[in-house]
Amino acid sequence: MRILVCMKQILDPDLPARDFRVDASRNEAERAGANLVPNIFCENALETALQLRDATGGSVTALSFGTEEAEDVLRKALAMTVDEAALVIRSDGPAPDALTVAKVLATAARKLGDFDVVMVGRESGDWGVGQTGGLLAEELGLPMVALVDGAEPADGGLKLRRQTDYGFDAVEAQAPVLVTITNCEGNVPRIPKTRDVMKAHRKPLTTWSFDELGVAADEKVAEVVELSVPEKHVTCEFVEGDSLDEKVDAFARKIADVMSGLG
Amino acid sequence: MSSDVVICLFASNGYDRAAQGVAGAGRNLAAQLGGSMHAVIVGPPEEVTTSAVAAVADTVTVLDQPELADYQPELSLASLQQACGQLDPAAVLLGSDTASLELTARLAARLGGSPMSDGTALAVADGAIRVTRSAYGGKAEAVFELTKSPAVVCLRARGFEPAEPTGGEASVERTIVELPDLVPTRVVDRRVEETEGVPLEDAQLVVGGGRGIGGAEPFDDLRQLAEVMTAAVGASRSACDEGWVPPSAQIGQTGKKIAPELYLAIAISGAAQHVLGISDAKAVCAINNDPDAQIFRHSHFGIVEDYRKVVPPLIERLRDLTS
Repeated sequence: MRILVCMKQILDPDLPARDFRVDASRNEAERAGANLVPNIFCENALETALQLRDATGGSVTALSFGTEEAEDVLRKALAMTVDEAALVIRSDGPAPDALTVAKVLATAARKLGDFDVVMVGRESGDWGVGQTGGLLAEELGLPMVALVDGAEPADGGLKLRRQTDYGFDAVEAQAPVLVTITNCEGNVPRIPKTRDVMKAHRKPLTTWSFDELGVAADEKVAEVVELSVPEKHVTCEFVEGDSLDEKVDAFARKIADVMSGLG
Repeated sequence: MSSDVVICLFASNGYDRAAQGVAGAGRNLAAQLGGSMHAVIVGPPEEVTTSAVAAVADTVTVLDQPELADYQPELSLASLQQACGQLDPAAVLLGSDTASLELTARLAARLGGSPMSDGTALAVADGAIRVTRSAYGGKAEAVFELTKSPAVVCLRARGFEPAEPTGGEASVERTIVELPDLVPTRVVDRRVEETEGVPLEDAQLVVGGGRGIGGAEPFDDLRQLAEVMTAAVGASRSACDEGWVPPSAQIGQTGKKIAPELYLAIAISGAAQHVLGISDAKAVCAINNDPDAQIFRHSHFGIVEDYRKVVPPLIERLRDLTS
């Protein structure tokens, strides 16, 4: 089974709110001193792909579209034992929109060959819009199953488990198919072995520049026209009391007040 | 250019609070555009659903072929593509249920439009649809202008006021759509988790547990507390990733968005991604043994203490106060 995993490098979403700044000239977050990290859902996808490969044989290719720094994501993927990695490099200008990203990934994917399964994260930890996977499926002419947290091989394809509002669905999918992956206990990304990290730096990495791929970038689906940090207006009242009992009593009374106000 | 709005509803959900919010958003947007609001219902609806939708929409299209009764992605996609294509709207609005989330990007691509998710406000500027949504894991708020038409938008539906009745009754048309015989993906089994009481997104009172709860069993204490409070139980992503509670209990950026009168966060640090899911709560309170926990910056009242020392006496006290 040939599996492609598309991965995005993003500003560390664990950056504390107090350090977060908006770059008003670009309608993006300020880079400042923040780290760049692989998007966690992309790593969940990678882990899912690796487990599938380890169970069935085949190969995993990691692909990213980003600035030069995105190479770090791919070196980590190689350390996690992907078989092949490729990077489409863009300049550090305004971030491309979801449709441009989908077209670039599709073009690169076609250059890398035919895949049975394409796995992507459900959304990114920065914008969180989560539409790139579906747009990529359409660019590649693939069906798509979203919010998958488990994948097993099945005749001619996959048996998937996907999360729903009410529980889980079991979905049978014929290959080729695109799936978007969400986090669960079973797909926490593996920690690469130190010697694999060292080896990863010497492994081949296919790179293309954005211009080389020849993707028309004139069609966008969306543009950020405003970006702001909302002001908070809440001050926490910490309950008072000389003993734990008194504090719990005060806390309980406040809750009971709300409850009695409801119909 | 079209100035109409289409709202997409699934018959199996009925005219629930989410559907009411999508309809309300649809009416407002149609008014801003100067057009009509059309409702498309996928699957055979109950009479009460059709009537309720007909009371708020200008037209209703029902796609009631039996194959559409239960959600199947390829069939729902094909049917919405045809129905929306015929109506040629400026915007297509959906809720944020998992089926709608799965379909949006592909539906937008097939209609030649722009997809967007988790919209909390809609506006029109120079003929283009603008969607407000949270960004950077809840640390920022963004306004996106959707540059292709139609805009196909999943809404944070319960945050919109329910649609007002139009005063009339929309015409209801049953349309047969072409469905593919062979599909590459099929839902073969659906597991519904047992939840007692009101679903998380509709609950007026919610108790949430986080990483600090420490295990699956202590969540039983939270359930006891929730029972006394007549509250639903949710959790932060950390608690779900640990497997202490099912994924459907997750509240946050990639979980449920709740809008209760009161949210009680227990042993939850208050990361922005979790807070994103509670931003519509009227009041928030917290129990956490760390006075610097982020959650207190979003709380109206709180208690700094180990939750294990608070929850048992809190249950007793609330029992007394509410009996």
